[in-house]
Amino acid sequence: MFKFVLRRILWSIPVLLLVIFLTFLLMKAIPGGPFTGEKSVPAEILANMNAKYGLDKPWYEQYFRYVWHALQGDLGVSMTQKGRTVLDIIGTQFPVSIHLGGMAFGLAVLIGVPAGIVAALKHNTWIDYGAIFYATIGWAIPVFIVGPVLILVFALKLKWFPTSRWEGPEYWVLPTVTLGTALSAYFARLTRGSMLETLQQDFVRTAQAKGLPYRTVVLRHVLRNSLIPVVTQAGPLLGFVITGSFLTEFIFSIPGLGRSYIFSVSNRDYSVVMGLAVLLSSVIILANLVVDIIYGILDPRIRYE
Amino acid sequence: MTPLLEVRDLKTQFFTREGVVHAVDGISYSLDIGRTLGVVGESGCGKSVHALSIMRLIPNPPGRIVAGQILFEGRDLVSLPEKEMRKIRGNDISMIFQDPMTSLNPVLRIGTQLTEGMRLHLGMGKKEAEARAVELLEAVGLPEPRSRLRDYPHQFSGGMRQRVMIATALACEPKLLIADEPTTALDVTIQAQIIDLLQRLQERFGMSILLITHDLGVVAGLSEDITVMYAGKIVEQAPTAELFANPQHPYTEALLASIPRLDEAGRKRLANIPGLPPDLVEPPPACRFHPRCRYVTEECWTTEPSLEPYDGGPEHLVACWHVRDSREDA
Ligand SMILES: Nc1ncnc2c1ncn2[C@@H]1O[C@H](COP(=O)(O)OP(=O)(O)O)[C@@H](O)[C@H]1O
Ligand SMILES: [Mg+2]
Repeated sequence: MFKFVLRRILWSIPVLLLVIFLTFLLMKAIPGGPFTGEKSVPAEILANMNAKYGLDKPWYEQYFRYVWHALQGDLGVSMTQKGRTVLDIIGTQFPVSIHLGGMAFGLAVLIGVPAGIVAALKHNTWIDYGAIFYATIGWAIPVFIVGPVLILVFALKLKWFPTSRWEGPEYWVLPTVTLGTALSAYFARLTRGSMLETLQQDFVRTAQAKGLPYRTVVLRHVLRNSLIPVVTQAGPLLGFVITGSFLTEFIFSIPGLGRSYIFSVSNRDYSVVMGLAVLLSSVIILANLVVDIIYGILDPRIRYE
Repeated sequence: MTPLLEVRDLKTQFFTREGVVHAVDGISYSLDIGRTLGVVGESGCGKSVHALSIMRLIPNPPGRIVAGQILFEGRDLVSLPEKEMRKIRGNDISMIFQDPMTSLNPVLRIGTQLTEGMRLHLGMGKKEAEARAVELLEAVGLPEPRSRLRDYPHQFSGGMRQRVMIATALACEPKLLIADEPTTALDVTIQAQIIDLLQRLQERFGMSILLITHDLGVVAGLSEDITVMYAGKIVEQAPTAELFANPQHPYTEALLASIPRLDEAGRKRLANIPGLPPDLVEPPPACRFHPRCRYVTEECWTTEPSLEPYDGGPEHLVACWHVRDSREDA
């Protein structure tokens, strides 16, 4: 188990190097640089600036220099936000994104998984149909519709919650629901399908043939088996929701990473873009690792070797 | 003396989009204490559905027992409340299934699966149930049973899993063991071992066995009596020796002819019965075997033959207008 985790962490190093490399190439492929703005800057000053950030060196030298510094925990300074290091930017904004993403994910699991379970147990009743309806609609409506509709109804009309910003629990509700709805629908559908499949399995009939009460059959024999596929899909989704909340952050003016990301890409702030790429990849790698560990706990057929 | 199990005119149907499947269509038989009845017939003739009806485990919807009685120690299981039925399942009547690879829960330890019935029905504690589990695993011939309680199903071979299933089924010392194709999914050499094991366990525990199989070769050694099913009905029933020596129904004859010889072991399957098993949504009228029968005459598809004692005595029943003896006389 320990070996498995260690090996996975070691494996993530080449993956991260590759991510850095590809991001590097992509950034270089975009015309312009961090200092090509609307107002034309004298050529002399531009050369000075490029030299200061090492942009005058050949690309491979820049790449190795970046990796070398990154290994020492230094992701560089922003090229457009004066006096701010990349770690500093990540440090203030990432917690907000994690917070939002984590709450949305929690909400999605808490609603989606039980909804899927109940729907499957009440297969072909109106409860099941209701859950299918929710799963279909919830998944199909995009965030940029859910968000504004929630703002319109619960912020502007009913005035229960503020329309934007991120300053306390009452601010958290609408963005969390916005981001969590689609995900909860996804979990509901996934769980329902998996439960229905498990309920058909031979070993469920064996359990019933022992005379176990239905409740025990479901709790002991069905549930754990049907959660296995849900967990395997939860990892990528967790990474996705923590990093992919940009649209929601934009709608509610939340000071998370989304803002930095859009800003830094459009301004070619190479060091911030690189830093974010490394961060997001690490999050996804970590989420998948956590999931694989849980997967192994749920399913004894999985061995860490 | 009342028999342990008496099935009376049992009918079980599935209400599907394609129509009503008459899976079990009025079968009757009885089974005495300590005896073994073999139920044979081609795949799809309603053997498993009949067994699940006894267990009251027919998936509903789409299935339902629509008529008949299942008297177990004189009590009718068909009308028993679910709560009472749960006390019988796994306790007085146990069942083992065809595929030991899928019949055990892959994420639970063998020990858990083996002891849960005992803890439920016999009120045993964990320690006590585990001690008994070890004895049971020993009885079914599993090497090093104590250490294997903590293993998961995937750590066992198919034959060993079926032994675990049998141990589980015997945990509460049932009066009736229903074995639904217990050897079909196994290698031939393992098949013989399992049959042998069932026989020894019956001597030791004294339960009655309902042995379901599509393979007459499997029932031959174990059952005192054999019931032959075709398309949801019983077509012939007789003591084993009598059935083998003196089969009367053309379908039984065909089944016997298809038993593989020893030198062909390993390639067992039903051969040389021309035609397909019938559609159970719209079964053939009157005698259901008539479309495939070489001796068919008009009355075979106009009037249904009833299951009646054949000359030999009250133990040999057959449902056919042209029993073999009448054909030979003619
Ligand atoms: N859940 C079900 N829904 C619909 N039809 C079923 C179901 N289970 C069994 N049947 C039908 O009942 C008939 C008898 O099946 P079964 O008892 O499993 O045959 P076998 O003799 O091979 O055990 C078959 O025609 C089968 O299609
Ligand atoms: Mg069957």
